[in-house]
Amino acid sequence: MTSRRDLLLAAAGGWLLGGARAARAADAAPGADELGTLAGKKPLIRRSWRPPNYETPLADLVPAFTANDAFFVRYHLAVIPEIDVGTWRLKVGGSGAQKPLVLTLHDLRHDYKRVTLAAVNQCSGNRRGLFTPRVPGVQWANGAMGNAEWTGVRLGDVLSRAGVAANAVEVVFNGADVPVLPTTPDFLKSIPIERALDENTLIALEMNGHPLPHWNGAPARLVVPGWTGTYWIKHLTEIRIETAPFDGFWMKGAYRVPTGAFPGARFKSQETPETTPITEILVNSLVTSHASGARLVHGAKAELAGKAWDGGAGIGAVEISTDGRQSWQPAELGRDLGRFAWREFRYRLDTSKPGALVVAVRARSRDGATQPDKLTANPGGYHDNIVQTVSLEVG
Amino acid sequence: MRGVLLAAALAVTLAGAGALAVAGEETIQLHEGSGRDIAAARCAICHSLDYIPNNAPVMDRGGWQKTIQKMRDKYGAPVSDPEAQQILDYLAGSYAGKP
Repeated sequence: MTSRRDLLLAAAGGWLLGGARAARAADAAPGADELGTLAGKKPLIRRSWRPPNYETPLADLVPAFTANDAFFVRYHLAVIPEIDVGTWRLKVGGSGAQKPLVLTLHDLRHDYKRVTLAAVNQCSGNRRGLFTPRVPGVQWANGAMGNAEWTGVRLGDVLSRAGVAANAVEVVFNGADVPVLPTTPDFLKSIPIERALDENTLIALEMNGHPLPHWNGAPARLVVPGWTGTYWIKHLTEIRIETAPFDGFWMKGAYRVPTGAFPGARFKSQETPETTPITEILVNSLVTSHASGARLVHGAKAELAGKAWDGGAGIGAVEISTDGRQSWQPAELGRDLGRFAWREFRYRLDTSKPGALVVAVRARSRDGATQPDKLTANPGGYHDNIVQTVSLEVG
Repeated sequence: MRGVLLAAALAVTLAGAGALAVAGEETIQLHEGSGRDIAAARCAICHSLDYIPNNAPVMDRGGWQKTIQKMRDKYGAPVSDPEAQQILDYLAGSYAGKP
């Protein structure tokens, strides 16, 4: 690994101050959206300099797959080493591992079956900045998410070789990023053993056909399709199969929601009567073709387009209302990229009448779940999947 | 690796804030006010100072008190009681309700 000084110099060389302002929906987070450029990335909306938190602008959420250089960046801890893939090792052990392993990148590439799947990676706090009343934390608008094709190996295949004890309950993950102070809890997360052994949970080495970008977890990151980004540990260094629930700060003291407040998978070994870890992404949608305030030409063809996604049931329908949610019309769905990916939708807008045109979009999962009209308050500002509207003007 | 980083972190703590800053974040200017320097010095050990204006719209005195407490108790921020009071007075005075 490079030295701390080299790292800082490299980082300094890569930082540029973006002068442009991002286009912003009228209902996006208050405050100016400033663009900034991390090394290897295009200008993204900077939510914080250090640790780096950068959001994908709406225009970069239009393609079916979010480009690697536009994909959002989210860190909790400010010391983020550049990893030398030649000396990088992944330790697999823990109290529930019968045959602990140490793997190289070569091992992962050659000794395990290669698997590719498309999945949305969405930060738990995506849209926190849109919460009313507002809550503290990184004030994300809509772009702490993206859809990518992830390639790697099944976590379950690696765990099997390490020998999973019958009484294993969770698998714990650590990455190379560390806190500035030794007193700050390192960012470790756990998932239930069942979820770890699920065939869709991957140790990803590639994103959209290229090695993972540094800022998205090179050389290997966890991919937990359907679950929020907090579990997708970047720069993996250690995996521990454990026979007792993990009691780290980032499980017990963060990324929790009121027990029973939201649908989705339960993480029973981490649940208390009061709170439980956030788990699956809730059904949601986003208009990417227009931001609020956009003008449509009277009588001209106009098409609304966007994305809908959920925690893995897959999108069954997207409905549009242009009459204040009195009636809903089906949008046309695009190609199915897989149940963990987002689904594109399109809808021909009626521009025959001049004036305000307020469009509401509501997605429905194949399991019947739909987007609610009202926000469920929670201290972390998680799970904002309420129906959004875009206010357009025909004239 | 970790040992080296910890030593570096401690050196930074002793030397004052800002040494871990990334290029460009020095452009963030906090409002003038009593307590600004100690707030900047302590907060910037772990994160850039834009966290302060970015969260200001959500914050009042109580919110900042809880946040400072969290930074000390959960994240181990090296802030003494008198410093915490100065930082609270500064943030509650300069960053409550608007950036």
